[in-house]
Amino acid sequence: MNDRNLRDKHYRPSFSLQLMQALHLDHLLLVGIGMLIIIGLVVLYSAGDQSMALLNRQLTRISLALVIMLIIAQIPSSTLRSWSPWIYSAGVVLLVLVLVMGDVGKGAQRWLDLGFVRFQPSEMMKLVTPMMIAWYFADKPLPPSSRTLLIAASLILVPTLLIARQPDLGTALLIFAAGFFVIFLGGMSWRLMIGLTVLGASMLPVLWHFMHDYQRTRVLTLLDPQRDPLGAGYHIIQSQIAIGSGGVYGRGWLNGSQSHLNFLPEQSTDFIFAVFAEEFGLIGGLILLSIYGFIIIRGLIIAVQGQDTYARLLGGSLSLTFFVYLFVNVGMVSGILPVVGVPLPLISYGGTSMVTLMAAFGMLMSINSHRRLWSK
Amino acid sequence: MSRHAVLKNHTYEALLFKRRALVAAIFCVLLLMVLITRLLYLQFFEFSHFASLSENNRVRLTAVPPTRGLIYDRNGVVLAENRPSYQLELIPEQVEDMPQTLQELGKIISLDEDTLKRFDKLLKRSRKFEAVPLRTKLSEQEVAKLAVNRHRFPGVDVNARLGRYYPLGKRMAHVIGYVGRIDEDELKRVDQANYKGTTHIGKTGLERYYEGQLHGMVGYKNIEVNVQGRELRVLDKIPPVPGNNLWLTLDVRLQAVAEDALSDYTGSVVVMRPSTGEVLAMSSMPSFDPNLFVHGISYKDYKRLRDSPDRPLFNRAIMGQYPPGSTVKPFVALGGLESHSIGYHEKINCTGYYLLPNEERKYRDWKKTGHGHIDMSASIAQSCDVYYYELAYRMGINRIYSFLHQFGFGEKTGIDLLGERSGLLPSRDWKKRVKRRVWYPGETLITGIGQGYMLATPLQLASATSIMAMRGKVMQPHLLAKIDEPGREELVSINWAAKEKIKLQRPSNWQRAINGMISVMHGSRGTARSSAAGLKFKMAGKTGTAQVFGIAQDAEYDEKTIARKLRDHALFIAFAPQDKPEIAVAVIAENGGHGSGVAAPIARKIIDEWLRIKNQGHEK
Repeated sequence: MNDRNLRDKHYRPSFSLQLMQALHLDHLLLVGIGMLIIIGLVVLYSAGDQSMALLNRQLTRISLALVIMLIIAQIPSSTLRSWSPWIYSAGVVLLVLVLVMGDVGKGAQRWLDLGFVRFQPSEMMKLVTPMMIAWYFADKPLPPSSRTLLIAASLILVPTLLIARQPDLGTALLIFAAGFFVIFLGGMSWRLMIGLTVLGASMLPVLWHFMHDYQRTRVLTLLDPQRDPLGAGYHIIQSQIAIGSGGVYGRGWLNGSQSHLNFLPEQSTDFIFAVFAEEFGLIGGLILLSIYGFIIIRGLIIAVQGQDTYARLLGGSLSLTFFVYLFVNVGMVSGILPVVGVPLPLISYGGTSMVTLMAAFGMLMSINSHRRLWSK
Repeated sequence: MSRHAVLKNHTYEALLFKRRALVAAIFCVLLLMVLITRLLYLQFFEFSHFASLSENNRVRLTAVPPTRGLIYDRNGVVLAENRPSYQLELIPEQVEDMPQTLQELGKIISLDEDTLKRFDKLLKRSRKFEAVPLRTKLSEQEVAKLAVNRHRFPGVDVNARLGRYYPLGKRMAHVIGYVGRIDEDELKRVDQANYKGTTHIGKTGLERYYEGQLHGMVGYKNIEVNVQGRELRVLDKIPPVPGNNLWLTLDVRLQAVAEDALSDYTGSVVVMRPSTGEVLAMSSMPSFDPNLFVHGISYKDYKRLRDSPDRPLFNRAIMGQYPPGSTVKPFVALGGLESHSIGYHEKINCTGYYLLPNEERKYRDWKKTGHGHIDMSASIAQSCDVYYYELAYRMGINRIYSFLHQFGFGEKTGIDLLGERSGLLPSRDWKKRVKRRVWYPGETLITGIGQGYMLATPLQLASATSIMAMRGKVMQPHLLAKIDEPGREELVSINWAAKEKIKLQRPSNWQRAINGMISVMHGSRGTARSSAAGLKFKMAGKTGTAQVFGIAQDAEYDEKTIARKLRDHALFIAFAPQDKPEIAVAVIAENGGHGSGVAAPIARKIIDEWLRIKNQGHEK
């Protein structure tokens, strides 16, 4: 629609639109992101027991993340493309380093201490893996040949397995999904996909065998939360009570008793959706999910309009990964998926995922705006 | 033409992507529908159910952590207990002027920068009506001062919490270990439901090994809370079950000697009762104060302990691996008799060095002039090296390996502590696997005198000595004697199973090897005869010296001029009385020079103390 407007000589874009274009930003995406961030801060104020300190820290992270998004948006996707294999290789080396000498933070080796900063390479791989597969597909004829597919699959599995070893299954899953989406969007045949799904389903018992005890507990707890109401089932039961007692209209901001009586665990991080649903009800939930839906659809549209295969595949994969975040988090909080540590995108308290997500949006915006410059 | 096939069809690819993106979008919308359906179910159809559950949530279930079990020595001396430690707590909503209050409190008790910073952090995280700890470990004086001034500080209170305390401080710190705050990694390892409310967990030593015994079962209480979450009253309560008390095999009195006698050196002493495998004392010097760790050690203290070149946190008794030196000679001698490689009375001529056929390298004896013609008993008594070069050469490494292996060399003893090392008993296979080299004959020779690749922990030496003392009976070395379960009248003794006995073709060979060890102590030329002076019974022992660094061929070794860190380790093993062994000792004094000069007198002090304890018992 903008394109039509631009071609129209009588049309003069408003100042804000001109600014957006100058900064390589997409105003529709920005509106969606802005709404989520504002909702996030409002809920966080309530979830964090009205602590201004918590809010301030989150605001600092948001600002940092916005700056990173702005910077990345300035990089043309062709440049991102040429960097892809290098960043990917560096990322894999860092992952190996983490395994060899990483800091054990929170019970798993995820952090690399570079002296001046502690750094989580697995977070970076959420973006770099789809970049790499998109780069690899960019000059191959699509739909991919089976040889191409095989190489792409191993390019995905290397970081996935390295991270699964740390062990951080949540992140490994997200990275695998991000890589898989590129293959899917690249046109992998449906027959193969169905075949792999069946194979995957039949491998589930094997996976069970390799799972840690705490991971098994999480799955069992999902099937029957009452099994262990004070242990592993506690999170799920309390968060469902929170959501359910919110009702259609919610209990009102700052009035959620589940959240404020501290029945709800991790209420400002992974379980923040339960606080939101308790206080803003079904209506709030529908609005929130619509905003997410809007962002994802906008992302996919940007991807479809991408100037080349690389831009399209990367943009599409990033949008779909964003959806996976949302689905896994809300699914887990509302009790239809096992508890894995995936935050509610742009709303949960915490800096790492915020930065990664905003970097992804920076890429989407770059794909969107540099297309116009390139296609004259 | 085939090259055209690999060319990209851009229009087609764009179309393909568009189709796939559409499918993905539809899929996303469908999954969003799933989420919405779920919300609909929870918030619309089941609303009243969850609303009432939420209402009932006014009753809060809180965990009451159990009291940790105590640890006693074999005579009931408390080694680890729980002491109330006083802590200063502030309830934010009752404090009128926080900065003012903190400033005034700082005039009464010491509040340093770190304390205030940590309090500030906690304050931001806590709720207004919950007590926030400001200072822990208040001294009695401070408690008194605060009590007097209490009226001036509304919302400030002193509360007693139980904290782990090790009354003997540095004594046997390595064995007992210590508890510390649970970290997330440990939370994953334990049953989380049972650790609700528990703040501390065993980090090292027995505190860690027997965490399951010591912890106990969590209790619960139902508390009614008001809308703000304030506690109104306790509705009902399931009391926690305290952890089991542990009674150890250690004897504090022997331990004291084992530590104090070694205090000039770094090193380790292990004392065992050969007939049962009970460890009576296990020291590793230098030691540390475990109480530092309980409430979180300061970075300065930790750095000091961690960076000290003497490595006080390292439990040498089970982790320290030393070349056993000449202490292996009685074992090798016994192996020689059993494999018929040498006769008991057969004499070997020691000229001060040994030559392998077709080799120029001289394998030296510690005595430059040599021991002359020497038989087995004398070879042990005088610790002749050449005798064992010849014997090792005759036996070969395979036979040495399989014979010594039976005494537990090169294998963990399986004592009830974590982190035990296995030492090293070299073999051809081992060298091929690890060093990727073939075995050289010269390496067999030096294995025969306990040098070269061979390594043993002090515990392994004590255990092997016990096996020798018991003439082949192999007991499991252990530290836990009895468990005191709450609610049970009598203590439960732990039954530590014996291991497979070493069977000799000629059982009389045991006494022959032991005779050598007796003449070390009582023979006119025994290397440790001064340490057996005045004993009313006979003991058996063997000195040893472990080289810390190699000396070049023909080079002189002068103890006095060599820096202490490079000096040889002094070793000594012994048991007593030789005919009815009741005590076995292994001593390692790092950089102590010769076994006879430093290590043997330490063992003697322990045996004297054991005698004193024994006689005391008879008098009673």
